[in-house]
Amino acid sequence: MLTILALLPLVGGLVVWFLKGTMARYVGLAVALVTFVYSVVVAAVHLRGTDLSEHQVWIKAFGAYYALGLDGMGLLMVLLTTLLVPVVLLAEQRSDEEGRWGGQVWTGLVLILESLSLYVFLATDVLLFYIFFEATLIPMYFLIAGWGGPKRARAAVKFLLFSLAGGLVLLFSVIGLGISFANQGAPSYLIEDLVKLNVSPSTQMLLFLGFFVAFAVKAPMVPVHTWLPDAAEQATPATSTLLVGILDKIGTFGMIRFCIGLFPEASRLATPVVVVLALISILYGALAAIGQRNMLRLVAFTSVSHFGFMVLGVFALTTQSISGTIFYMVNHGFSTAVLFLVVGYLARRRGSVEITSLGGVFQVAPVMAGMLLLGGLASLSLPGMGSFVGEFLVLAGTWSRYPVIAAVGTLGTVLAALYILIMYQRTMTGPVTEQTREYVTSDATWRERLALAPVILALLVLGFFPKPVLDITDQTAKQSMTTLNVSDPAPTVGQGR
Amino acid sequence: MTLLEGLTPVAATGLFPLAWLMIAIPLVVAGLLLLLGRVTDGFGHYVATLAPIASFVVAVALFAGLLGRPEAQRAVTVPMYTWIKTGSWTVEANLLIDPLSIVFALLVTGVGGLIHVYSIGYMAHDPGRRRFFAYLNLFIAAMLTLVLSDNYLVLFVGWEGVGLASYLLISFWQHKPTAATAGKKAFVVNRVGDLGMTMAIFTMLAMFGSSSFEAVNAGASKMSPFWVTLLGLLLLVGACGKSAQVPLQSWLLDAMEGPTPVSALIHAATMVTAGVYLVVRSHAVYAETSVAALAVAIVGTVTLLAGAWIGTSKDDIKKVLAGSTMSQIGYMMLAAGIGPTAYAFAIFHLLTHGFFKANMFLGAGSVMHGMADDVNMRHYGGLAKSMQITYWTFLMGYLAIIGTPFFSGFYSKDSIIEAAWEKQPVLGALALIAAGVTAFYMTRLMFMTFWSRKRWQEGVHPHESPAVMWVPLVLLAIPSVIAGMVMNSWIGGWLAPAVGGEVPVGVSWLPRVSVIGLVTLAVVIAGVLVAYLVFGRTSIPESVPYTRNVFTIMGRHDLYGDTFNEVVFMRPGEALTRGIVALDDGVVDGAVQGGASLALGLGGGLRRLQNGYVRSYGLTMVIGVIVVGLALVIGRLV
Repeated sequence: MLTILALLPLVGGLVVWFLKGTMARYVGLAVALVTFVYSVVVAAVHLRGTDLSEHQVWIKAFGAYYALGLDGMGLLMVLLTTLLVPVVLLAEQRSDEEGRWGGQVWTGLVLILESLSLYVFLATDVLLFYIFFEATLIPMYFLIAGWGGPKRARAAVKFLLFSLAGGLVLLFSVIGLGISFANQGAPSYLIEDLVKLNVSPSTQMLLFLGFFVAFAVKAPMVPVHTWLPDAAEQATPATSTLLVGILDKIGTFGMIRFCIGLFPEASRLATPVVVVLALISILYGALAAIGQRNMLRLVAFTSVSHFGFMVLGVFALTTQSISGTIFYMVNHGFSTAVLFLVVGYLARRRGSVEITSLGGVFQVAPVMAGMLLLGGLASLSLPGMGSFVGEFLVLAGTWSRYPVIAAVGTLGTVLAALYILIMYQRTMTGPVTEQTREYVTSDATWRERLALAPVILALLVLGFFPKPVLDITDQTAKQSMTTLNVSDPAPTVGQGR
Repeated sequence: MTLLEGLTPVAATGLFPLAWLMIAIPLVVAGLLLLLGRVTDGFGHYVATLAPIASFVVAVALFAGLLGRPEAQRAVTVPMYTWIKTGSWTVEANLLIDPLSIVFALLVTGVGGLIHVYSIGYMAHDPGRRRFFAYLNLFIAAMLTLVLSDNYLVLFVGWEGVGLASYLLISFWQHKPTAATAGKKAFVVNRVGDLGMTMAIFTMLAMFGSSSFEAVNAGASKMSPFWVTLLGLLLLVGACGKSAQVPLQSWLLDAMEGPTPVSALIHAATMVTAGVYLVVRSHAVYAETSVAALAVAIVGTVTLLAGAWIGTSKDDIKKVLAGSTMSQIGYMMLAAGIGPTAYAFAIFHLLTHGFFKANMFLGAGSVMHGMADDVNMRHYGGLAKSMQITYWTFLMGYLAIIGTPFFSGFYSKDSIIEAAWEKQPVLGALALIAAGVTAFYMTRLMFMTFWSRKRWQEGVHPHESPAVMWVPLVLLAIPSVIAGMVMNSWIGGWLAPAVGGEVPVGVSWLPRVSVIGLVTLAVVIAGVLVAYLVFGRTSIPESVPYTRNVFTIMGRHDLYGDTFNEVVFMRPGEALTRGIVALDDGVVDGAVQGGASLALGLGGGLRRLQNGYVRSYGLTMVIGVIVVGLALVIGRLV
């Protein structure tokens, strides 16, 4: 069932490749929707307790398996992916003229990317994970290089080099891991076997670092974040949505599943350093966002800040903060999707998303301005939006262990209000500028509204009724806490009556 | 006197399970008006006006229900659903109907309903009318969430919700850059206050594993002195932001950019008093920490002086009233900081102020309506004759705020000054002086607006506002006069069980004669007299007169609050931001790229790739994919 889920968009993507024009568009969208519906079925089956994991020998000599499985976090990442892809396909429709290749190639690449990402989230074999971790770079590279701004080729190479550098370090660790484990007996790359790994603390730390560095590049942490703003600025907003919304999540996903899951002692030891790095990311990303002049770069830097929160939540090592991080990963996917895609709508009309090139948009396109504001409010974690629950649990969990760190991190929420509201004020409010009146001649079309409606709805539903999803994130969080052999700080005063 | 312990909530029966309707009705209407769009342009504002009235009806029914219960059972928990559950923490989205929350609900929906009615007239010709009413309903829903929640985290949801509504409504006329800036400023300053709020809730969760009032009330006495003091101070920071108390006061004066009904509802009668509610609600915390309680009292006193000071030197009628609001909330904070004896006075003054200040703000709106939206009092004068209903209702508010015997403000404010005098003589004396200043600036306002000679600009023809606007004025003027008399003997005993205060004895509708009361009255009369001497006997210039009076100059500049923020926070902040951006573009990016190329040992190749050999790179990758694919297949076969 999981293999079918992962292969469905791949097959669809290859079929779309041979279609033309609008046909490719519709078939692509249909494939994405079918995948989404199918993923919901898979989720329902999984939640009813059926074990869906698959398990076959792949490379015997290495102990590598074709092994797929679902846990709480994996399930949510799968659903995030299958929901965002149709949204993106509906929001941005490429004509044949505008890119390097035809529109059908774009749709095909998006679907292939979806398939590879699903494999990343489903793989329960480290080698299999690694292969797909690297494979996602290929369609993403072409998506950035093929469509977007004038300097997109350079941005694509930059993205690729950063990712490959991280991937290379990861490869060393993966090989090291395999050898270390093989020394203990039969070789295996299955996560369930690798947790029994027993090596010296220094070896474990080295292996941990390899994984962590790769994931830190993915979940762009300062100072290895610089590829993201360039990529976001040059790529099309739909590509950026997939990049930040899904691919970057592999970073924090990997930290929870592999760094903590395989190297609990090293994770505990590394905590103080990582927590400080995360704090730097939060504040640095937010301050840099305030200073941006381009809306796409601005959104990219907000993500640097938000990923800081997520990493902080992972390494605060409490059930609440890890659960909050996973919850935040889902909602951050939605909130950045709204921001990137609305900016994309504006870019289509205006041809530029420099903040100074817009002004008073609210008066000519109130629905578009309203959607941007909603996305912004989700980004600054207003209560009522799902992202609030995530960010709050991250900080509250952190506070229960490190009050001072959490207090400094909370400053990020003030800066968030600044970067969102300053951008909104400069572009959406005030008198209508001449350029705005000339270019922004229409409000959001029904297709554009329809594309964002499910995402905005999801943010609100998760904001007011987060419990069902938190039950799922708690599974993974509790699992991590057990692996780590760490317990939550107990209430100091004790449970109130 | 009997000291009552806090109430133990009992399960909801009878009508109480319907309490959620109070929040749901305006929330649903707000959502519909925003979603359905122009379809509802024609009738949306009527539906939106009915919403708070329906909530008011529910609130009255619940109030009657509470009245009918024995005192010990006047706290009812209405379970709704589990909002958050993770690890050992559970946050229920329950409602708490108790003597404190229900008076707030009545105030919010009652005054809110009247302001909705008034807005039908005030916003009649505004193209954004539907949006305006939707935001107002959103505000009502959020404010009710704030006061009806039974725990701090859901309270915080309402707290941020009213902040959002406030942001949207201050910048409602967002085509004016000043309005857009003012809205943003209000939101950001409130976020600074929220730092305190969120950290207070973090502390509760870490200490008690819960954020419910019940858990905090029960656990506060077991906290260490350090943490309980910190908790008290963090809550105070939150209260300062929302209630525009020094040092987070600067946003309130700018908030007057919003339409006047908004100023009346949000920035006078309800939202800005949320900080007082928060402190009174957290009485168990402040009972354990005299330091934090004293800090509350000092903040209140400083603000009541600062607000009154600003009120004396403004020519914009709304800004005088805004300064006055700051000042009156300062009184409430002072009372809340004094402790159990004065909690009821804080809420008492909050209620009477809600009536008379809403009354005066709407009156100011009525004046602006007649004066072509001019807010400069130097262009008014002699309006008592041309706008008689507005004048008489405003006069009632004026008499109430300065503390004329038997008017509502008299009872509530004198109680605070007396209580302060007993517990903190210095603060009490300052509050007393400020009462004189209040009388001065309000009398000045009356002279400049209603009593002096006409200074109307060309083309302005003052006229009375339509009935849809003056009927709410009349309905608010009535409680401005009688609310003090009616509630004086009742409010203390009613609130005591909820706020852990004392049931006062020997209080009736007749004011108690005391030395401090007489002195206050004398100071008030002196304030009125000085104002008469300065503004009543000489003519008022139409332009701002030059002055060397340092106090006036400082007042005109809002005591340099903005200048302070600019120099201390904004400019260094901007420099830091610019620095980070430059650092990121220049140093970090370069260093990481350089480091990466060195580490990879690809220096040469890298440069070549960046020169555009992208195609060859793509080819390399395709080959890579094929190799990997082959590996997959072959591996499977081995």
